[in-house]
Amino acid sequence: MRRVVITGAGTVNALARDLPGTLAAMAEGRTGIGPLELADVERLSVQIGAQVTGWEPEALFDRTKLSLYDRFTQFALVAAVEAMAQAGLAAVPGDPVRWGCVMGTAGGGNGTVNDAFRAVFAEGKNRVHPFTVPRLMNNAAASHITMAWGLMGPAFSVATACASSNHAIGLAFQMIRAGMADGMLAGGSEAMLTFGGLKAWEGLRVMSPEGCHPFSLGRTGMVQGEGAAVFVLEEYEAARARGAEILAEIRGFAMTSDAGDIVMPSVDGAARAMRGALADAGIAPGEVGYINAHGTGTAANDRTEAAAIRAVFGEAPPPVSSTKAMHGHCIGATGAIEMIACLLALRDGVLAPTLGFQAPDPDCPLDVVPNAARKADVPVAMSNAFAFGGLNAVLVLSRG
Amino acid sequence: MRPDVQDQIISIIAREAVLEPAEVRPEMTLEELGLDSLGLVEMIFAIEETFGVSVPFNANEPAQTDFDISSVGAIVRAVERLISGPSAAAVA
Repeated sequence: MRRVVITGAGTVNALARDLPGTLAAMAEGRTGIGPLELADVERLSVQIGAQVTGWEPEALFDRTKLSLYDRFTQFALVAAVEAMAQAGLAAVPGDPVRWGCVMGTAGGGNGTVNDAFRAVFAEGKNRVHPFTVPRLMNNAAASHITMAWGLMGPAFSVATACASSNHAIGLAFQMIRAGMADGMLAGGSEAMLTFGGLKAWEGLRVMSPEGCHPFSLGRTGMVQGEGAAVFVLEEYEAARARGAEILAEIRGFAMTSDAGDIVMPSVDGAARAMRGALADAGIAPGEVGYINAHGTGTAANDRTEAAAIRAVFGEAPPPVSSTKAMHGHCIGATGAIEMIACLLALRDGVLAPTLGFQAPDPDCPLDVVPNAARKADVPVAMSNAFAFGGLNAVLVLSRG
Repeated sequence: MRPDVQDQIISIIAREAVLEPAEVRPEMTLEELGLDSLGLVEMIFAIEETFGVSVPFNANEPAQTDFDISSVGAIVRAVERLISGPSAAAVA
């Protein structure tokens, strides 16, 4: 079976606009959560988030192209440029028909939808921007990446809510492994910090008005973030042959469905995904040195995820952290951004902390690396994503 | 306890629990009524829309919020306090 490695990584998120800055922030235990800056924020009951501030797309993109780029596409394109540069690629190596792109997103062009609805409903206008549809469609980010880099093989978007980018990376991994493609750009992008997007989330009453405290006693819910992360995935032998630096190897992937509840998570569905990813990788639970948890900071997720981890790893599970208290819950991009914490663990031997931890919760009996990063030798890392809709996607990586 | 408020709330809860209003009694808990987490959130939304109030409720810490959902009667009293405004609630 062909092996698949990560040779490039790029990101934009509230911590930093690039990979080195994000790795540094995760190692320092810095948070990107703060007061939201957006129109009508005073009408929101939740006014904090992990926002990419000072974003000036006019300085980053050609004006004629920018009119086609929603914010989620902008994040994805910038992350892809960084990922390709880090992979040492000015262009796709080899046949472009053998390269493709899979991007996860939940909200797609939510800002474009928000602006168009505001124009016709609130402002009484009778027309919206002519590119509203190509901007808002969920596949826009994946498509613009293919155009920017001439990727002519398999390309599509994945929408599985909070698991979107783990599904995207996992599918890209499987396609290279199966021989359908030689290289893929894969990850996720999300820009749902809009008035309409946040109003929708408010309704579920799962968001915290004050902060994100994953796995902690007294946690008060999730905090939204935004951003993107994109990875260059290549077939191992080809990457070696061209002398690429290998950041990590993707060893296994599994996806499961709870077939239970549209919002409440299931221990069994999460545990089956973790076991499945380990089986796919041919790796025993005891070899895993770090788990990047889904860890949303809601009462339900953290309790359920902790039980699932104990079910798979037994009485002494490896250290687990949720980095969402730093970059926020970036929904369809979150698994991709959290993959960076796995790279930090595998490459630098640093476990990113779970910030905002106040006191142990008896329902979450895990070592969550509370509040401060820790050194550890991690040959194998796992990344969890468990979505609304009961759709679970787990990746297992090892050092390259 | 204002009967009109109680009747309206019982009607909302009955709709969410797929019961007849006559089957919903003030001492009953939401668990007894078979209301799940989504039913609870929909019930709160219906209360907010019906009475023009904002209900302080976070699903992550239901016990910590000021809005008592321990029984149908408790919900009625909590809504009455919200309707009468924060100053009245402080005196009570």
